Amino acid sequence: MNKPAAHLETAIVEQDTHPMADLLRMDRMPHIWCSGCGLGTGLTCFIMALKETGIPEDKVAVVSGIGCTGRVAGYLNLDSFHTTHGRGIPFATGLALANPDLRVVVYSGDGDLVAIGGNHFIHSARRNMDLMVVCVNNFTYGMTGGQAGPTTPISAKASTAPYGSYDYPFNIPYLAIASGATYVARWTSLHMRRLKNSMREALPKKGFRVIEIICPCPTAFARKNRLGSGLDLMKHYHDNSIIKHGADPREADIDMNGKVVCGTFLDIERPTFRDFQTENIAKQLGGE
Amino acid sequence: MGEERRVLTGEHFLTGDHACAEGGMAAGCMFFGGYPITPSTEIAERMSLRLPEVGGIFIQMEDEMASMNSILGAAWGGWKSMTCTSGPGFSLMMENLGLGIVLETPTVLVNIQRGGPSTGLPTLSGQADMMQAKWGSHGDYEIIALAPNSPQEIFDHTIKAFNLAEQYRTPVLVMSDESVGHMTEKVIIPPREELKLVPRNYTKKKPGEYLPFECGEDEIPEMVKAGDGYKIHITGLTHDKRGYPDISAEAQDWMVRHLMNKIQKNKKKIIEVERINMDDAEVVVVSYGISSRVAHRGMDLARKTGVKVGMLRLITVWPFPDYMIKELAERVKAFVTVELNFGQIALEVERYVAGKAKCYLVPHAGGDVHKPEDIAEAIKEAAK
Repeated sequence: MNKPAAHLETAIVEQDTHPMADLLRMDRMPHIWCSGCGLGTGLTCFIMALKETGIPEDKVAVVSGIGCTGRVAGYLNLDSFHTTHGRGIPFATGLALANPDLRVVVYSGDGDLVAIGGNHFIHSARRNMDLMVVCVNNFTYGMTGGQAGPTTPISAKASTAPYGSYDYPFNIPYLAIASGATYVARWTSLHMRRLKNSMREALPKKGFRVIEIICPCPTAFARKNRLGSGLDLMKHYHDNSIIKHGADPREADIDMNGKVVCGTFLDIERPTFRDFQTENIAKQLGGE
Repeated sequence: MGEERRVLTGEHFLTGDHACAEGGMAAGCMFFGGYPITPSTEIAERMSLRLPEVGGIFIQMEDEMASMNSILGAAWGGWKSMTCTSGPGFSLMMENLGLGIVLETPTVLVNIQRGGPSTGLPTLSGQADMMQAKWGSHGDYEIIALAPNSPQEIFDHTIKAFNLAEQYRTPVLVMSDESVGHMTEKVIIPPREELKLVPRNYTKKKPGEYLPFECGEDEIPEMVKAGDGYKIHITGLTHDKRGYPDISAEAQDWMVRHLMNKIQKNKKKIIEVERINMDDAEVVVVSYGISSRVAHRGMDLARKTGVKVGMLRLITVWPFPDYMIKELAERVKAFVTVELNFGQIALEVERYVAGKAKCYLVPHAGGDVHKPEDIAEAIKEAAK
């Protein structure tokens, strides 16, 4: 075998550090996520997107709730807040309103954001709060061992649904749009380039933005439902996806064997809470 | 519109609720996240009118969990923040009061107590959340709670609560009651320059040197805000001085001891009481909030019959002035606790009297205040 060229040797030495080490808390590695989980690829997309936007790192804050996805706040080397279960959005609301220079991202899971935090999710969308919400949907409560959640498809098995889940799941894009979100997209965790592009697009925008990531949970969801490895499931979601920008969100339900509609469902502008507040108060009180 | 509208210096005729809102304004509050609930709603209403005048934000959140979280977020965003609630709303705030304590977040929560349990008496008075204030959120913690007994005092105490929150980097409770909240009295708002306000204790350390939970002997860590380049991580999980999760018995021991010590070590600086007729007192009335005003009358009635009775009025209820009770128990005959519940703070009194004097309670289920005559009778009984 030929000796590698000198520049390649240099490159190998430099690979000692993680290419995203500047935005990760390397002193917290190894992370707790299982191999085959899609959380890592989603986070990679987020870091790439953030870098591409050029938004200064000091001006981005990430808020998480509880669960596997809730750990994102702990791994990002940004101002980051790991709050209580479901409460990332209201915490982020106070943070964003008190400090309008910040881009505030709420990064959490489906159980956290649309079950226990569901009320906060719909009301924040209604107000069109300046928050970007990344909702990683793995159809289960992974950290606590695979219980049924608000997005578990009908008939899917879970540790609290041994006969299959029989309560109807939320369709997150539909919920977000009906509640008043202004940017709504969905990708699977294998749509890395498209997911990154969505995040890059949504990060600098104003208003309530929701990006759902369909994510395999190999340890809980895949095992209980005999869906193979994490990679098998990641490929399954990807291969069963249909990209349809502007799709009617009512057609974006997810069931066990159906298609996963992906794409940008909505990208509109309407005044945010702060726009209304500032404009209305100025009008009423005669400020500038 | 602007800061000139912040302090409404002058003599006013205000309800306790409105005086509380003005106290928040005077203290420098910029953010109020709340949910309407009787009998605290007028605080929120007044803040919705007043905060926009100084460029602050009032937001009506979707529930009390959201309200409590929003004020924590606003504090980490760099603003002084507060909320208010009553009855079931206080129960709902317990979850994230705990988060505020663990994140060591300066903020103020006002509880205008009403009769409970459950929906109870929305429009009538109670003082039965006093133990909940101390023990209502899961886990061990120490809390600071003040108990004003007049509109003037709720104004003063709300400022004091903001100051204590900054001094000790912790949520502070104002545990008022419906009677004080809905009573209208003269309130003097001093000139702005006479207000003693404690600014946030921002660190002078540089990013990389600062740890969000590092503290010295006084156990009080310095503060930063998001967006200043410190890249902090804070979590409701048990954590180390860096704020990183540490799920171990050792980290738990360090963190919980620190949270307890922060208040306990400094309690002599925090605790404020009023001593009335105490020089010759053989019987001590212990009371706070609206009950202390009725108990004052009861004490006067008993004094007229020759009973040497004084009052220890708790201005700070938590941390509890245990050392004062212990010291008094050595020389007085009896304690009479007067409160609108079936014995909450009375339990603390008994605990520190530890059998060295007799302990009496004048219970009341709430919905009204005590009759001064009943209190006088209890004092006379205690003096026998």
